[in-house]
Amino acid sequence: MHSGKECVAMLLAGGEGKRLGILTRDKAKPALPFGGKYRIIDFTLSNCTNSGIDTVGVLTQYEPLILNSHLGNGSPWDLDRRKGGISLLPPFVRKKGGKWFKGTADAVYQNMNFLEQYNPSYVLIISGDHIYKMDYSMLLEYHQSKDADLTIAVIEVPWEEASRFGILDKNETGRITEFQEKPDIPKNNLASMGVYIFNFDMMKQFLFKDQNNIKSSNDFGKDVLPLMLKSNCRMFAYPFHGYWKDVGTTESLWQANIDLLENNPNLDLYEQHWPIYTVSTNQPPHYLGPEAKVEQSMISDGCTVFGEINHSILFPGVTVGHKTIVKDSIIMSNVIIGSGVKVEKAIIAENSSVGNNSRICRLDNVTEDIIVIREYSIIPHDSIINSTYTFKEIILRTGGKLK
Amino acid sequence: MRDVMGVININIRDDVLDELTFSRCISSVHFGGHYRLIDFILSSMVNSGIQHAAVFTLQKYRSLVDHLGTGKEWDLNLNSKDEGLSVLHPNLFHSLKYFQGDLQNFYSNMDFFKRSRQKNVLIAGSNMVCNLDFRELVDFHRRSKADITFLYRENDPLLDVSLWRRRLVIGEDGRILSLEPSEKGVDSKQVLLEIFVMSKTLLIDLVENCVINGTGDLLHDGIIKNSNSLKLFAFPAKGYLGVINSPALYYKHSMNLLNPSIRKELFSQPGLIYTKDKDLPPTKYMRSAEVTGSLLASGCSIEGRVENSILFRETRVEKGAYIKDSIILPKCQIAEGAQIEHAIIGKGVSISMRKEIKGRKDNLSVIADRTIM
Repeated sequence: MHSGKECVAMLLAGGEGKRLGILTRDKAKPALPFGGKYRIIDFTLSNCTNSGIDTVGVLTQYEPLILNSHLGNGSPWDLDRRKGGISLLPPFVRKKGGKWFKGTADAVYQNMNFLEQYNPSYVLIISGDHIYKMDYSMLLEYHQSKDADLTIAVIEVPWEEASRFGILDKNETGRITEFQEKPDIPKNNLASMGVYIFNFDMMKQFLFKDQNNIKSSNDFGKDVLPLMLKSNCRMFAYPFHGYWKDVGTTESLWQANIDLLENNPNLDLYEQHWPIYTVSTNQPPHYLGPEAKVEQSMISDGCTVFGEINHSILFPGVTVGHKTIVKDSIIMSNVIIGSGVKVEKAIIAENSSVGNNSRICRLDNVTEDIIVIREYSIIPHDSIINSTYTFKEIILRTGGKLK
Repeated sequence: MRDVMGVININIRDDVLDELTFSRCISSVHFGGHYRLIDFILSSMVNSGIQHAAVFTLQKYRSLVDHLGTGKEWDLNLNSKDEGLSVLHPNLFHSLKYFQGDLQNFYSNMDFFKRSRQKNVLIAGSNMVCNLDFRELVDFHRRSKADITFLYRENDPLLDVSLWRRRLVIGEDGRILSLEPSEKGVDSKQVLLEIFVMSKTLLIDLVENCVINGTGDLLHDGIIKNSNSLKLFAFPAKGYLGVINSPALYYKHSMNLLNPSIRKELFSQPGLIYTKDKDLPPTKYMRSAEVTGSLLASGCSIEGRVENSILFRETRVEKGAYIKDSIILPKCQIAEGAQIEHAIIGKGVSISMRKEIKGRKDNLSVIADRTIM
């Protein structure tokens, strides 16, 4: 018999991130690079580690290859434990046949056996899509102090964005009185962060109920939470103040990265008491050449820069040639940029290369679009790329050619 | 290489870097932005296919033990089923006053050698900056049926040979023909390195004989004194190599890393150099940063000017500060308007506003760890 765990985390990491276009063509959204050396999922995993949660089930579904190799045995997050640690939970086949995870609640429901073996008192549901630093142990304390069945972490969002989120209303004790998933006309701007703590018994009860409803989409936000509210469960809202971001689109991914370059950014990666862990790259320190010029930028290990970097982020192992200017851009791991290149307001995904004297920038300053270069692209010398679409049809991983 | 055990032998006589080896042994001296010296020899061993490495410490080993951890960064695990990494400390019984040399440390850990499943040992010092492939050395050792095969270096102006004081003559087949003492200093173009391979049985014999005779230095008492009866061979070492046995050489080899071809050779060929990951964010450059010709590790924050220098992790360079031709170890604070030239600044040093620290190329200014200036 297993001795129980107080709290087990279920990390939803199967999301596709449709609006991120070609960036998520070959990887799930939680595996997207962020902040100069991390992947988005590093934030929630590090939150678990820093909050003392040592048992994490990671629910994968969409394009899990990169995610799986990134997570490994969980050692970067101290999750290589004898008891507990990290467990990858992909969809699987049963005697009666297998099926994909239908919604978020279904994903957890299908892995009930995983939870049962730890028999936790509480289950923490988190999403690998979000970037934030949160002490889940405080959330758990709040949950216990309210004697709640379910506690939802909530944050105030700008009114104009409120319809993208699960919006709720609470009374003065913090008890939730109303919940609407992605309302057309939001009554409030208090949004669910997709971070829930359930009493395990209560969660089981409602997940079974939800499964019995064939009309349900088996989603926490759409189905389970409204059902619980209707059944008069004790649901509380835990107010969170701080940085929280769901980078849903290419623009918001770019903006969230660029925001880190402020002098005192809202998301502080340099806080010593809350480190963000990730897989080590084993690269040497970065080198700036004799004519390099680097301002308002973040540069990672293994980079070699001979040109000019302005208001940009370089992930590990990037090379930037002489007389090249990189401005307002995000250059992901192992990209090689030749000499005399100009890159402006672009995201160049991993392992791409850009030939000498190429231009990757918009023709005019009217369009606000960010140019995205897909991973493994090989851009020949003297290319002119002025939108994401210029380069869309070229599948270069298999060695295709530029038309 | 599965039957070769790597032994890293940390000698007190190598703790010659003054301020830098004041509170740590030579093997855990910082080098190259985010490494420690032991990373180079240990990574070389691992990249050569050695799966069992033992580190023999002597003293001031707190930072070394902390750095090695469980060895997982080098893919060696302290509690691995496949032996992995072993860290062996000296027996307290041999107080340093009576300590005769590394042999005693080997002797008190004799069981360790006897019990390991490897038949050969590759012994190396820890004061070397290198990225070596030992497979060729071991192959050569086997083919030549040598008792002991050393790595040697030819025509290397940066190699300090004073340790040996011996005239080395190597035959065409690689056999060491002569190792005569030479009082006048050495004019030989060839220098033996403290990296050699032999069978475990021979090592055990040498150690036991020396201890019976009351001598204690493996190299001098065990090998050189018996050089007439042993078949000694030598094999040339390829690639970049630096033996760090003075502050000047430390500086010289550090600054060589600012040369792209040396950096490439040392950090990636034939394998990568591994080190303990500190989980730091990338280095951040502010609006007023001006950095050229420099190597910088993670977690720094730069507002000032840095030229031709090496900055270790988590250093803060404020606006108007100017660092030139210097090495700044981890976690330093360089305040506004401070000027640093030709200096080695120890770990955790704070340099206050407008302070000037200026050494000369031939007389570096070295600031000890945690100094507040």
